[in-house]
Amino acid sequence: MKTLTKNLIAFVIAIALAGVPPLFAQGGARGPIDLSGEWAPLFHEDQPERIPGPDIGDYLGLPINDAARLHGDAWDASILTLPEHQCKPHPADYSPRGPANLRIWRDIDHDTQSLLAIHTHISWQQPERTIWMDGRPHPPEYAAHTWQGFSTGKFDGDMLTVTTTHLKMGWIRRNGIPRSDKATLTEHFVRHGDYLTLISVVSDPVYLTEPFVRTTNWVNDPHQLIAPYPCQAVVEIERPQGIVPNHLPGANTFLREFASKFNLPFEPTRGGAETMYPEYMLKMQTMTPVTKAGK
Amino acid sequence: MRRHMRTSAAASVFAAAVLASMGGVAPMSAQTAGGAAGIHTLHVQGNVYMMVGAGGNITLQIGDDGVLLVDTGNGQSASDVVKAVRALTDKPIRYIINTSADPDHVGGNDAIGKLGSTIAGGNVGAGAGVGAGIIAHENVLNRMSAPTGKSAPYPTTAWPTDTFVSKQKELYFNGESIQTIYKPGHTDGDSIVYFRKSDVISAGELFNTLTFPVIDLSRGGSIKGVLAGLNDMLDIAIPKAMQEGGTYIIPGRGRLTDEADLLEYRDMVTIVRDRVQDAIKRGQTLDQVKAAKFTLDYDARWGATSGAWTTDMFLEAVYKDLSKANEPAKPAAVKKK
Repeated sequence: MKTLTKNLIAFVIAIALAGVPPLFAQGGARGPIDLSGEWAPLFHEDQPERIPGPDIGDYLGLPINDAARLHGDAWDASILTLPEHQCKPHPADYSPRGPANLRIWRDIDHDTQSLLAIHTHISWQQPERTIWMDGRPHPPEYAAHTWQGFSTGKFDGDMLTVTTTHLKMGWIRRNGIPRSDKATLTEHFVRHGDYLTLISVVSDPVYLTEPFVRTTNWVNDPHQLIAPYPCQAVVEIERPQGIVPNHLPGANTFLREFASKFNLPFEPTRGGAETMYPEYMLKMQTMTPVTKAGK
Repeated sequence: MRRHMRTSAAASVFAAAVLASMGGVAPMSAQTAGGAAGIHTLHVQGNVYMMVGAGGNITLQIGDDGVLLVDTGNGQSASDVVKAVRALTDKPIRYIINTSADPDHVGGNDAIGKLGSTIAGGNVGAGAGVGAGIIAHENVLNRMSAPTGKSAPYPTTAWPTDTFVSKQKELYFNGESIQTIYKPGHTDGDSIVYFRKSDVISAGELFNTLTFPVIDLSRGGSIKGVLAGLNDMLDIAIPKAMQEGGTYIIPGRGRLTDEADLLEYRDMVTIVRDRVQDAIKRGQTLDQVKAAKFTLDYDARWGATSGAWTTDMFLEAVYKDLSKANEPAKPAAVKKK
């Protein structure tokens, strides 16, 4: 009996270490971890950006190129008053960053008991995703793109890795820094007991020079109730047809406010891959901060 | 001749409406359908499909009354287009609507059109049933034909048979209202086609997901017209919840879209227009405008440095068109006494 138990433990450990998916699902065999449940967002990372929102002109830590920078400089927050812009949900790569009470549930095929899909629902604007786990291919390029994109997933041990394509054009920071519809999103979901960590990697050939990596965390909250989030567009400002608020090149007078507010040099606030790395702190020490007057 | 063709095809519209009340047809249940080599068909919603791979995108509307195509591709793949249509239905091709006179949108008119048949009889005339009816704005016919004695760029069998000069042409076919709405911008002959029940817009060259808008000044195009067309389509399009789906828009080239995609495109074109307009006001030359990289934030997505429509060509068209609009009006000629 003792020998049998030892062998069983060794077998289970070997499977776990090798990351081998279970071959059968009758008691004794184990499947990949269940991520299902109600998850409350934690904001210990990047809180100022995620909740009150980023400052205008704060591109720090973003691996952006000049195209993204110009897009951000031209961005006028008043564009969000246009009715067509008001009810846009956050795209798949950004929605976990906002007010992101999260629900995860699974679709399991009745007959085969195989995992067909994992679904997520997030509180702000109620975006829902389907992560297909049945091995289906991604749609062709001529198919429509959506806010949540088309996602497929697979477990690597207990880590769920999700690949998403067919995203609509979106944003990686809510101050005009864009993410194009050519981007690919790779995500890794890891559960540690009552905590869930998402590592997301955005690759965008249009606006990024390097993949952009973020982590976001939740804590299990079985009593969480997610409220509805209906959205109805209204005319906030009467304008003639076709007006799109934007700053002309060189005319955005707010771009230095962020540096001034935090006593930073202007250069790092312009972002770029270099500003993601710790060594950049040393370089910043050689720069002159922007004065309160914005000089 | 033109008048005859227009009149007879117009009458066939009424005949089609009569036929609409006749007979059932096998239901269209395919979500996607493969076509011939290189041609791909995607069910959009309702009666409407999008076909890609034959040059410009082709929109199909299929139902009891037959087949309606918006544009016919470049013509080189006409037989494959027909095969792809036949993979979906054996109903006759009744109508073609051309959104412009561009070769990759009207190239298949001849080969595909003559395989179809409008509904003849009554005041349409018995002979009018030969070939599909081809609907387009009058300026499309003008571009495809030529004055007597001159060589036309297309054979008469490819020409529109039913043209209009008003703001729109109405048709009821396959159980839904279809508006062909005149929206000059890419050229002076553009139309969009709105399938009201299926809730799908076929946008023609006013909107594509591959390049900056092609503004052909030599054929009457204008940046003002392109923007008016984009804004009017935004007014028609209504998304479902969360700014997703609802009205779908089939662009002239590229992938299937909805209002949010069209919105990004409209915003981009407007912002570039604003920048060039401002530069003109400040007295900048075209070379200065090109050097200023006013499209930098969109180049990697929509721009090109080679091919049929480059970023420089787009900027030049915008600049020239806006400069023209800014020119002071010429004083009226003084009548000689």
